Amino acid sequence: MPAITFHHENGTTDLIEAVAGTSVMRAAVTNGVDGIVGECGGQAMCATCHVYVREEYLDRLPTMSDDEEEMLEVTASPRDEERSRLGCQLKITSTLTEIAVDVPVTQVHP
Amino acid sequence: MTDNIVIIGGGQSGVQLADSLRTEGHTGAITLFASEAHLPYQRPPLSKDFISDQADASALPLRAQRFFEDRAVTFHPGVTVTTIDRDAKTVTASDGTTTVYSSLVFATGARNRTLSIEGSALAGIHYLRTVDDATLLRQELAGARRAVVVGAGFIGLEFAASARARGLDVTVLEFGPRPMGRVLSEPMSRYFTEAHTRSGIALRLGEGIASFAGDGGRVTTAIGTTGTEYPADLVLVGVGVIPNDELASACGVPCENGIIVDERLQSSDPNVFALGDCARYPHAQTGTMTRLESVQNATDQAKTLAKTLTGTPADYTSLAWFWSQQGSIKLQIAGITDGHTDSVLRGDIDGDKFSIYCFRDGTLVGVESVNSPADHMTARRLLSGAMPLSTAQLADASFDLKAYSKSLVPTAESV
Ligand SMILES: Cc1cc2nc3c(=O)[nH]c(=O)nc-3n(C[C@H](O)[C@H](O)[C@H](O)COP(=O)(O)OP(=O)(O)OC[C@H]3O[C@@H](n4cnc5c(N)ncnc54)[C@H](O)[C@@H]3O)c2cc1C
Ligand code: FES
Repeated sequence: MPAITFHHENGTTDLIEAVAGTSVMRAAVTNGVDGIVGECGGQAMCATCHVYVREEYLDRLPTMSDDEEEMLEVTASPRDEERSRLGCQLKITSTLTEIAVDVPVTQVHP
Repeated sequence: MTDNIVIIGGGQSGVQLADSLRTEGHTGAITLFASEAHLPYQRPPLSKDFISDQADASALPLRAQRFFEDRAVTFHPGVTVTTIDRDAKTVTASDGTTTVYSSLVFATGARNRTLSIEGSALAGIHYLRTVDDATLLRQELAGARRAVVVGAGFIGLEFAASARARGLDVTVLEFGPRPMGRVLSEPMSRYFTEAHTRSGIALRLGEGIASFAGDGGRVTTAIGTTGTEYPADLVLVGVGVIPNDELASACGVPCENGIIVDERLQSSDPNVFALGDCARYPHAQTGTMTRLESVQNATDQAKTLAKTLTGTPADYTSLAWFWSQQGSIKLQIAGITDGHTDSVLRGDIDGDKFSIYCFRDGTLVGVESVNSPADHMTARRLLSGAMPLSTAQLADASFDLKAYSKSLVPTAESV
């Protein structure tokens, strides 16, 4: 089964199994992973599903749409030029069967 | 004395309240009644991704199943509260149980306004509020060629765009002169009229629905108020909602198109509160009694009420914001543009990327953005901070709004 690993700031991790077609955001919300909100339901319109993808998976990611690019400019936690993505835009596929991400400290603007 | 906060309604606001009560440190019991038997889910995707042809099979939950155990929330899915005794402080539910409350919260939402005209009971005429509605709609969409949408509001047009993207012929009947006319500025409405028309949707403005005709109990034709007949395999009616305030009204809590509450979301009974789509409250920005239907309103009201219910009374003052996705158009609104007197457009309307800044008597009251999420976030910062901003500044294309908004020190109540 494909799996997504969420690394939290405090050192804990959540390992979530996910079927193909499931996004990182949906897997997190469905399984109660702390720190991923998904307020807009996956429309790339809220940036509350922001994640930092771990280096070893960066070459397997889908290309970024203009929408995602713009949303990443307005995340609550700082953008990492290399690793920041929106969890709702990263779907488990035959080429992306596993992924590990760091969960930002906050998803909501103060 | 019992310490049990009873929440009626397991939607966006009820679930957020249960969550925020624990975050704020409530140690007593929390009981959540939910008419719908499902794990609570997000409604916005139902008129967007969920009805596209590549949809996820299941609704997107609001919280994981284990949320209720983790947060010690006694959750009763599929159970409707039927009567309330405010003297005894009890609620009676459809499963026959009676529960005592210390505080009672109405998070009952709203239901669709329905049509009662000739033919309106025919099969194939749909409404969209719940995942059950959406599942049925999705099944029927798969075999349909022609759809008629009644009402050019957000849900009607989101559905229309999704149906069009699936290749259906789509006609939208709108009684009013422009789409989403109750909420959008005139130039924004006009932009949507043109964009939807370009995508092949037939938008009939100034034409309502008169009746439906069918064959074998199933709709085949929608007949407009001009007498025009529109062939239809499927009809979606989106003509607004009615707040679920009857239960409150029946136990003597004042209601008027929603449950009347003050800025703390408290009703005339100090132990009874209401929030989300069912609540009418004095809006901090406009100063008028308002009932909003949005995720932001439901979520932020729940967060505020959780403070009040845990001993730190707080007024609800959050900035309103909203989004809608119609085909490739992402619309975001910050603030309330109602009654604005002036507007300035910035950006590239022909390139489908722009914002309209709405002013009332010289003060910025709201911003509507198309495919410009950064503008929207900037607008939220500007409106929460109440920064002075003039139409002249905005009209100057070289004025750097983002930098200007960042020069502001955010107030405690900002987004
Ligand atoms: C198709 C659709 C698309 C939408 N898209 C957007 C969008 O893009 N952006 C946005 O901001 N907003 C959108 N909204 C609006 C948003 O979903 C609502 O504003 C929000 O869900 C309101 O939350 P609520 O808790 O007040 O009500 P609801 O989420 O409706 O929850 C109320 C719940 O209470 C239950 N209930 C009622 N009476 C009782 C009772 N007596 N006992 C037990 N349970 C009861 C109901 O069954 C219901 O499940 C959309 C809504 C719909 C229907
Ligand atoms: S869920 Fe809103 S941007 Fe991903």
